[in-house]
Amino acid sequence: MNKQQNSMMEWIDKRFPLTITWKAHLSEYYAPKNFNFWYYFGSLALLVLVNQLLTGIFLTMSYKPDAGMAFASVEYIMRDVDFGWLIRYMHSTGASMFFVVVYLHMFRGMMYGSYRKPRELLWLIGMAIFFVLMSLAFTGYILPWGQMSYWGAQVIVSMFGAIPLIGDTLSNWILGDFMLSDAALNRFFAYHVVTLPVLIVVLVFVHIIALHETGSNNPDGIEIKVNKDPQTGIPVDGIPFHPYYTVKDIFGVVGFLIVFCGIIFFAPEMGGYFLEDNNFIPANPLHTPDHIAPVWYFTPYYSMLRAVTVNFLGVDAKLWGVILMAAAVVIFCFLPWLDRSPVKSIRYKGPYFKIALTLFVISFFVLGWLGTKSVTPLHTLLAQIFTTIYFAFFLLMPWYSKIDKVKPEPENVTK
Amino acid sequence: MTDSGDNGKMSGRRRFLLVATSVAGVVAGAGVATPFLRSMMPSERAKAAGAPVEVDISKLESGMLLTAEWRGKPVWVLKRTSEMLDDLKKLNDQLADPNSERDQQPPYAQNPTRSIKPEILVVLGVCTHLGCSPVYRKDIAPADLGADWLGGFFCPCHGSKFDLAGRVYKNVPAPTNLVVPPYTYLSDNQLLVGSDSKESA
Repeated sequence: MNKQQNSMMEWIDKRFPLTITWKAHLSEYYAPKNFNFWYYFGSLALLVLVNQLLTGIFLTMSYKPDAGMAFASVEYIMRDVDFGWLIRYMHSTGASMFFVVVYLHMFRGMMYGSYRKPRELLWLIGMAIFFVLMSLAFTGYILPWGQMSYWGAQVIVSMFGAIPLIGDTLSNWILGDFMLSDAALNRFFAYHVVTLPVLIVVLVFVHIIALHETGSNNPDGIEIKVNKDPQTGIPVDGIPFHPYYTVKDIFGVVGFLIVFCGIIFFAPEMGGYFLEDNNFIPANPLHTPDHIAPVWYFTPYYSMLRAVTVNFLGVDAKLWGVILMAAAVVIFCFLPWLDRSPVKSIRYKGPYFKIALTLFVISFFVLGWLGTKSVTPLHTLLAQIFTTIYFAFFLLMPWYSKIDKVKPEPENVTK
Repeated sequence: MTDSGDNGKMSGRRRFLLVATSVAGVVAGAGVATPFLRSMMPSERAKAAGAPVEVDISKLESGMLLTAEWRGKPVWVLKRTSEMLDDLKKLNDQLADPNSERDQQPPYAQNPTRSIKPEILVVLGVCTHLGCSPVYRKDIAPADLGADWLGGFFCPCHGSKFDLAGRVYKNVPAPTNLVVPPYTYLSDNQLLVGSDSKESA
């Protein structure tokens, strides 16, 4: 840096801690040196968030949140607005890719025990981001006001109606009407473009601050802060985030963008999984499509919702379905306290955990697949079996993680 | 707090002020939140939009279903054949509430056919599970619904089944029978849905 730049930085640093912030979070933030492929997805999630925010702003310029005009305004964006199709496909593909990277990011945490002490709060903040993300996806899916928008929203809002006593009033309050109508579309638009984006940006900021307080976990699941160089006080197994991981993440971004652009240009509807066929039909309150299924990222939970067909303990099957579905998402929050293993990472955990995690992943995929299928007695039975496995993974964890045969953790990170 | 008295303990006066201010703050917060939360309830315009509708059933043939709209919801009018009415009795042990004991219909529809005139069924075409609109499946014993199926309504969303009187089957996600809206006959072929008194037409 030359003299002029130096005095410029000095001027700023006296008024805003720019150099200190840069050092604390980038050039002198020491991350474990053994990050692998699975560590791309945090920064990719950030990239997709930026994509959603930017493309979203441009979409609001041409979209109309009015039940009579919404569907046509989306078609207007697709046909008449210059590059409108590209911006919309970036946004719709971004929505699905957001879930892809977030699910992989969460799975990384589950493999390497990133939710364990001292990162419990970091995990909970992450779960809060996940809840907001689901709300964003739901409110966003309503906006085109196609058949799937309408009936998807109808099903979700009806879930609140299942709550005893206050259910009806609550769903009227959510809808602003006695049925799903223009009032609801208008307010879901407000949530989707103002409330929830602000919330998710704040939560992501808090997530990163919490991460930089505890430091990143790594594939070995050991704390690099325990082993510091006596002279410099820098973790022996740490390397500065910038330039090492900024460069690595840029590599990941390039790989991701190749896939992302491939989808946008060659398969933006992804065979009906990213944009469903029925959503190209305007909303019709009098006719439910013969086959309705949520977008792929909600299908595992949707399967659980309809897996419950028996009333028990004096509670309707309907309410049990809703409770089960909510519990399936919320249960992730308890992971830090359910895992009693003496080691964090799957590398040193025993066969019980590995089998349990494998079964969990299989049940997640099978439930996801079932959620796209229509209801038959066989599908319902399968959904019931795999829902049980899904919950067993969590609820039995305190036992199987404790009695599992673990390997000793290394002193230093390995390759 | 450093200035809260000796040994870091709060004086009684300070504690009282703290509690009183907090309580007042919560009350004020609730007061400020009220208009915002109330603004989200259905508006006066939405409340006024629930007027009854007239449905002409003169062209409705036996076994056919007609869909009308009332309060933005589908209302089905089904003219049942005599075989359909006979079949209703055979189903009682497969149904969750065969005698319509739960309050899902006006008193004048709390009968075996759930209707004023036996052959004409009037129900809301809204599944009592999560609000989808079921499909009218009058075909007997189709492959997907099984050999016992005597015709009825099938909800594609979550697989709930109802018979031709809108009564729900056992062991499906929907908890109750389809809702029979208030309705009355203005003449033989003219229905009024949404009100059971002829004056409001």
